Amino acid sequence: MIVVRGLQKAFGETVALAGVDLDVPEGTVLGLLGPNGAGKTTVVRIIATLLVPDAGTAMVAGIDVVADPQRARYAFGLAGQFAAVDGVLTGRENLEMVGQLYGLKRLEARARAAEALERLGLADAADRLVRTYSGGMRRRLDLGASLVGRPKVLLMDEPTTGLDPRTRMELWAFIEDLVRDGTTLLLTTQYLEEADRLANRIAVIDRGTLIAEGTADELKGRIGGDVLEVRVSTAADVARVVELLDGIGTERATADERTQKVRLPVRERVETLLAAARRIDEAGISVDDLGVHRPSLDDVFLSLTGRATESDNEQTPPGPGRRRRKGAA
Amino acid sequence: MSRFLSDTRVIARRSLKTLMRTPQIVIFASIQPMMFVLLFRYVFGGSIRVPGYDSYVDYLIPGIISQTTLFGGSSLAIVVANDLSAGITDRFRSLPMSRPAILAGATIAAIARNAFTVILVTLVGMLVGFRFHTGVPQVLLAFGVALLFGFAFAWCFALIGIIVKNAEGAQLASFLPIFPLVFAASTFASPRTMPDGLRWFAEHQPVTQVVDSIRALTQGVAPATEPTLLAIGWSLVILAVSAFLANRRLRNL
Ligand SMILES: Nc1ncnc2c1ncn2[C@@H]1O[C@H](COP(=O)(O)OP(=O)(O)OP(=O)(O)O)[C@@H](O)[C@H]1O
Ligand SMILES: [Mg+2]
Repeated sequence: MIVVRGLQKAFGETVALAGVDLDVPEGTVLGLLGPNGAGKTTVVRIIATLLVPDAGTAMVAGIDVVADPQRARYAFGLAGQFAAVDGVLTGRENLEMVGQLYGLKRLEARARAAEALERLGLADAADRLVRTYSGGMRRRLDLGASLVGRPKVLLMDEPTTGLDPRTRMELWAFIEDLVRDGTTLLLTTQYLEEADRLANRIAVIDRGTLIAEGTADELKGRIGGDVLEVRVSTAADVARVVELLDGIGTERATADERTQKVRLPVRERVETLLAAARRIDEAGISVDDLGVHRPSLDDVFLSLTGRATESDNEQTPPGPGRRRRKGAA
Repeated sequence: MSRFLSDTRVIARRSLKTLMRTPQIVIFASIQPMMFVLLFRYVFGGSIRVPGYDSYVDYLIPGIISQTTLFGGSSLAIVVANDLSAGITDRFRSLPMSRPAILAGATIAAIARNAFTVILVTLVGMLVGFRFHTGVPQVLLAFGVALLFGFAFAWCFALIGIIVKNAEGAQLASFLPIFPLVFAASTFASPRTMPDGLRWFAEHQPVTQVVDSIRALTQGVAPATEPTLLAIGWSLVILAVSAFLANRRLRNL
């Protein structure tokens, strides 16, 4: 349903996409996973006809989005990274307006708006001004707007970023519902957990390049399942801990001198944890923290690229080159 | 074409709702012009004498009508910039709607807002002594000239908003040109008393043509044809250039 080939896009000096290929077969979900600035939004904006690529093609439901954008716009629905809803309209007015802009007759637009509001659990708040909505409600309404045209393909850019855990779960359940009804979905996210739960396949993107692609299990296989993490008390001991842990995980341990953390991909959670604790204890090294956790995006990155995600390395707030809002872009 | 018209109507309706639900805009659109009428009428009205006019208020109201139509569109720069940064413009651009309708709807809503303000200024003006001294067709044509001019400048402000992209910048970028345009003109006083360079600018810029046209059409003290044709010509040129550039910008955001 979505076929992307050799997509390239540069903004001045910044290369946002350096040749990306993606396939999303009908009725499946592809999770596009990547850290800040990886190029996720750029991919979505190109497919959504908001941005023209420098090179490459993108097809939605067999329609070339560059050659025939107006026809492509009937085929997809877009829920962008920031809820694009009008605060001084009510929820219902927002959706009815979108329906009419799809060329629907007023009655039809009204019926579809009511249906989407019902479906998203916004029926009670439908006639309130959107500026009184919570962040989660705005997100759901934005999603509703992308459904009014009954598209076969949905594009969602970080649909749950900034939502509290409960709202996130609700949104996940709703997205799963849509997928069950046969919608094809391209979803970007920074959370491995989210891709894990919603996506059939995951594509990992970094600095405009795909660095891995596969099912969640395949990717986890590549990073060996869970991760053991040790925070060493004194920086001088970091290298010794890496040596000590040699051989008990699935790969060699990696160290981050600055945070004094050592990470080790493991398969057997408890056995490895006990073994690590024993070795560290016997060596008389003092540690601040020791534990096994599910692999995070950082672990995927460490394992796939040998370096941490940008957001992990840079403690500084977003600089001018990485604006928080790119709505105007 | 029919999609353009129906989508323009949908967007215009949205813009009008936004206007009416934003108290600051309603207040700005009604209080501010009334204040101008009363201030200029009573603060300067006593000391300003304009040859050919019995009272300053007859001279003043056409000026304020032109000025308010210019002010009326200026908030569009902020609205357009806000829609851009809130992603609403992207939402519209991702829909299978007519793209030119996005700004056409907003600028047509500005005409409605200006019509309201022009009527208000006229009524308040009449309370403090303003009178029409011509016939109904001329007066209607005068209103038409004012609204067309406001529409053209609304496109110009939309263009500013789409270039500047953030609300604060848009506010500044739209307000700076307004003041010389409104005051270095025949709006409140005759350019004949101005120093040479300023006078040349005042006599040749569009606001003066619009003011002179409305004055001639409502007061009948001077021939109306030339300023009216110039006012309409200026408006059409500003409209065509701004609409072309703004829509081109909208295609490659
Ligand atoms: N309009 C633009 N002008 C200049 N640079 C841009 C523009 N849009 C994106 N970029 C740059 O392109 C790169 C990729 O950006 P993109 O928004 O696609 O990343 P992302 O993966 O969506 O990140 P995030 O997780 O922060 O949303 C970044 O370096 C970004 O700064
Ligand atoms: Mg993004």
